[in-house]
Amino acid sequence: MSGDWSYGLREHKGTLLAFAAFVMMFTIYATNHPAGLNANVATTAANKGVLLAIVAMAQTLVVLTSGIDLSVGMVMVLANCLASWTVVGSPLMTTLGVLEVLLAGSVCGAINGLIVIYGRLQPIVTTIATGSVFYGVALALRRVPGGDVNASLADALTGQLPGGVPASLALLLALVAIVWLPYRRSAIGRAAYAVGSSEVAAYMSGVPIRRAKFVAYTLSGLLASVAGLFLTFITYTGEASAANGSTYTLYSIAAVVLGGVSLFGGSGSAIGAIFGALMFRTIGDLLFVFNVEPLWQPLFQGVVLVAAVCMGSVRLLRIRNRLDLYG
Amino acid sequence: MLRGRLGNMCRHVDPAIACAFGCIVVVLLIGSLYSTNFLSPEYLLQQLKVASFLGVIATGMMIVILLGQIDLSVPWVVAVGGMMATAATGWGPVGEVLAIPVGIGCGIALGLVSGVGVAFLRIPSMVVTLAVNAVAQGLMVVHTGGFSPQDSSSLAMRFIATGHTLLGIPNALLVWVAIGAAAVFLLTRTTFGRTVYAIGNRERAAYLSGARTRTVVMAAFAISGGLSAFGGVLLAGYASKAAQAMGDPYLLPAIAAVVLGGTSILGGRGNYLGTVAGVILITLLQSILSVMQMEEFGRHITYGVVIVAMLLIYGRGRRHSD
Amino acid sequence: MQGVSKRYGGVHALRDAALVIEPGRIHAVLGENGAGKSTLIKIMAGVVAPDEGRMLLDGQPVSFASPAAANAAGIACIFQELSLIPDLSVADNIAISNPPRRFGLIDRRAQRRMAEEALARAGADNIHPMALVKDLSLSRRQMVEIAKALARKPRILILDEATSALTAADVTRIYGVLKRLRSEGLALVYISHRMHEIVELADECTVFCNGRSVASFAAGVKTDNEIVELMIGREYNAAFPSRVARVASNAAPLLEVRHLGWTGRLNDISFQLRAGEVIGLGGLDGQGQRELLLALFGVLHATTGEVLVDGRPMTISGPHAAKRKNIGMALIPEDRKTEGLMLPMSVRDNLSFAALGTLSRWGIIDRPAERDAVERIVRLLAVRTDGTEMQAASLSGGNQQKLVIGKWLMMAPRIVLLNDPTRGIDVGTKQEMYLLLRELAGAGAAILFYSTDYDELVGCCDRVLVMYDGAVKCELTGAEITERALISNALNIGAEIVKGHAMQATAT
Repeated sequence: MSGDWSYGLREHKGTLLAFAAFVMMFTIYATNHPAGLNANVATTAANKGVLLAIVAMAQTLVVLTSGIDLSVGMVMVLANCLASWTVVGSPLMTTLGVLEVLLAGSVCGAINGLIVIYGRLQPIVTTIATGSVFYGVALALRRVPGGDVNASLADALTGQLPGGVPASLALLLALVAIVWLPYRRSAIGRAAYAVGSSEVAAYMSGVPIRRAKFVAYTLSGLLASVAGLFLTFITYTGEASAANGSTYTLYSIAAVVLGGVSLFGGSGSAIGAIFGALMFRTIGDLLFVFNVEPLWQPLFQGVVLVAAVCMGSVRLLRIRNRLDLYG
Repeated sequence: MLRGRLGNMCRHVDPAIACAFGCIVVVLLIGSLYSTNFLSPEYLLQQLKVASFLGVIATGMMIVILLGQIDLSVPWVVAVGGMMATAATGWGPVGEVLAIPVGIGCGIALGLVSGVGVAFLRIPSMVVTLAVNAVAQGLMVVHTGGFSPQDSSSLAMRFIATGHTLLGIPNALLVWVAIGAAAVFLLTRTTFGRTVYAIGNRERAAYLSGARTRTVVMAAFAISGGLSAFGGVLLAGYASKAAQAMGDPYLLPAIAAVVLGGTSILGGRGNYLGTVAGVILITLLQSILSVMQMEEFGRHITYGVVIVAMLLIYGRGRRHSD
Repeated sequence: MQGVSKRYGGVHALRDAALVIEPGRIHAVLGENGAGKSTLIKIMAGVVAPDEGRMLLDGQPVSFASPAAANAAGIACIFQELSLIPDLSVADNIAISNPPRRFGLIDRRAQRRMAEEALARAGADNIHPMALVKDLSLSRRQMVEIAKALARKPRILILDEATSALTAADVTRIYGVLKRLRSEGLALVYISHRMHEIVELADECTVFCNGRSVASFAAGVKTDNEIVELMIGREYNAAFPSRVARVASNAAPLLEVRHLGWTGRLNDISFQLRAGEVIGLGGLDGQGQRELLLALFGVLHATTGEVLVDGRPMTISGPHAAKRKNIGMALIPEDRKTEGLMLPMSVRDNLSFAALGTLSRWGIIDRPAERDAVERIVRLLAVRTDGTEMQAASLSGGNQQKLVIGKWLMMAPRIVLLNDPTRGIDVGTKQEMYLLLRELAGAGAAILFYSTDYDELVGCCDRVLVMYDGAVKCELTGAEITERALISNALNIGAEIVKGHAMQATAT
């Protein structure tokens, strides 16, 4: 049918905008980089970006159901600490260790989901409290920074593929292909969008609301633990850092917003959030390229965030009935 | 007659507040098993002094939560309050005088920005306060050059944070009492307070009743910003200087204290007495866990579990969609 | 299929209603606003459970616990409130309850085919399956809703005012679709207020009145007039307070509206309202009455035309401006639970909320004054409450409605706008409310009163403006206000209305 194109564009507008903005920023970054865009520069940039991108994916899954996960960074830290114990030794032990970490993350997510669904607590309060618990567990695992990780696996995933492509990008692609795309196309993923968009209409249409939420929270925990693993591969240690946890939680929300995902739920995609995350990272690096004092970097990031958030308010100009403002 | 009145009173006591006060007693009793010091006036006053800092910050948070919103900009607004006050002290004698107002004023300004975003641009408060937090952080990094500021706090700041006046009562506690009394007055005796509750219950109905909902929302965020900054001023006075991450440990406890005190996170329902109980409970919990030499990890876990458990008991009932 | 018969005795909405639906027929259900039609189909669709009575499908008793269960039994329903998910595409929505799957994932191609097929069956093949629902107009959404119902391959299809939001072009399509479905052997239940549609489509008709099914007959055996008579047949005759001496029609208007319009939903509305006068707004539900009241109260943005108070043009930028002294306007909103009251707050807090400005100084509430004012209103309106500290939520519906009205009375308003204030309250309270209206008018207030209950309009109003499609269709005065005149004008029997052109129609 003709016109598929334009409808596709409309449906993925947020994602495409995020992609375009990222490409633009990255081009500026790459062409102005003093050392040029060599493989090492790209790899370092990619590793930082991918880490945030994975956390942002995790956040997206929950946000799509019109929830929020403020424990996502803490799950990452917990996974990091756990991985620094388990992901060592022979290939078999390493594999088991990775699985353990992934399982732990999923359990964390599932706990959030169960409390939100059956305890009927608000996601924001629930995840604040569970975040504290997850951080406590992380701290129990690593009172002081330390531990180790299977170096060959770590190097493989944080290094370069033949041809100089950062391996982390391949990991990210794999995650999108294995987790996000099937989820997006499954009935349960569809249900998550429906719940986030209009819970009443979803109920009227016979959508499994509880199952959709549970799967979203659990998968979110799983992805957060992948981020934790990746953090371990970058740092080679486990560290129960509260600052890391809360920073990544906050940045993940920023990435989600920049990536065109609606915080009211129901619209946007994890791919958008990934570009949002990469964009957020590039903003920081851009200043470095232009020799602006690094001191200005956080302020610049903040201002960009404020501007991005305000852009969402353009829709207010179209509102003709003021009661629509008060849901 | 008497029974009727008692029944009335019982009906008016929020079970969550009763529960929070009950927990305080339990915590104190458990503590006294470890050391008799726990029930000594000195220890209790010391705890109340520590609680005052959280109490001031939680007061602002409570007003915002009553609206059905949330303020995630606490960490860096606290830091802004502390840093700008100490910076002002460095200006000389005039600065000494202006230190406290400057700190609070900066917090109010940041709160106003959040308020405009929430009230006029209808951005979810979670996002807008997050963004304001990032901007505040950016401003402070530029201001301090990325190091902990060298300016120390003014005499007045130290006096209100660490001094004692009558009967050995810490000044910080008196400050909290004053702010608490003002908050109670604001919430129960003024049109502003009534409107805050109305918006939290049903913004649509409040708007249709001709309340100036946007002004009130904006003012509430300004108050929250100002009180967070004031908390920062007190903390800077307590530690005699400001530090980069000084506000970080206050965001989650502030929210937890408000919610544990029976204020609904969806807004519209809550009592300042509950927040007082929540603040004291959290402070005591932190203190007793460290006195019991429970390791930090245990404190975090207990903390989270206690919050979830209490909310599961009292926090449910009202659903988002009703 | 043998047909469905359904019978149950309820308390309010539906009493002993019966309906027999046969395959291959279109069954029209008629009735006034609130006659019980919507309740009936909600039961058939599994949204609400009946208190009494039973439902037979193919001669077997059935009951549905949820909409999904009704779907499984072959009953699909198209509601007035849409059940579409705004952020998903048309195809996603059509397939939402049972998407085609391959290897566990949604098969988008099969879904696309399914959607295209369903849209074609619904006569909406010009809707792109990939379009997002939130981008479609109301009319197009309604078509998608019909396609979604058809995609479930129902045996019984219920359409509740499915055409009320449709454009003329879509209505024509739907006619064709419905006739084809009938020839395919579907049983169709069709609820509509538009008489000519019923004449055109229906094989059988059932008329509902006061929650009872009063008559069933084959289409064409009764004239429009006879059907209107059946719909009127009321049970109770509310006693309305006698109208006070009419206001001199040459008195200066307190409120004057000139050519008011709003985004195509309100068209060129003009009228004058004098002090002491009660004007009713009539017409079917959803013809712009609610929007008119909101527009006057300053809630709607970008209205056109002029509003004059005391002959001076006013710009009312919102409720806080509307209640200023020089305007003194009050709006009793439609839904007391979400728009009128803060239910968890106390009776006192609710009653004094709108008037807080006058009960406080420098923003500090004068508590004794507040208490006196609240007690005065509680006495005046005879609000039955266990003290003013009770939660508003603990009061009965009628008493809650008194709170909504009471909080505005405290302002001593000069212009009172009422949006269906007696919906869902008991007869006794209704009577008190009618008296109150008259007292207010007697004391010099101007009242604009929208009601879905025609009796009330007949009993209370000095004049009635009947609205149709966002415009004032006709104005009835004094003895002209009869139930029959109201209904036939509301149904727009006779000529189709020309949009934006108000015309004077006489009673049929």
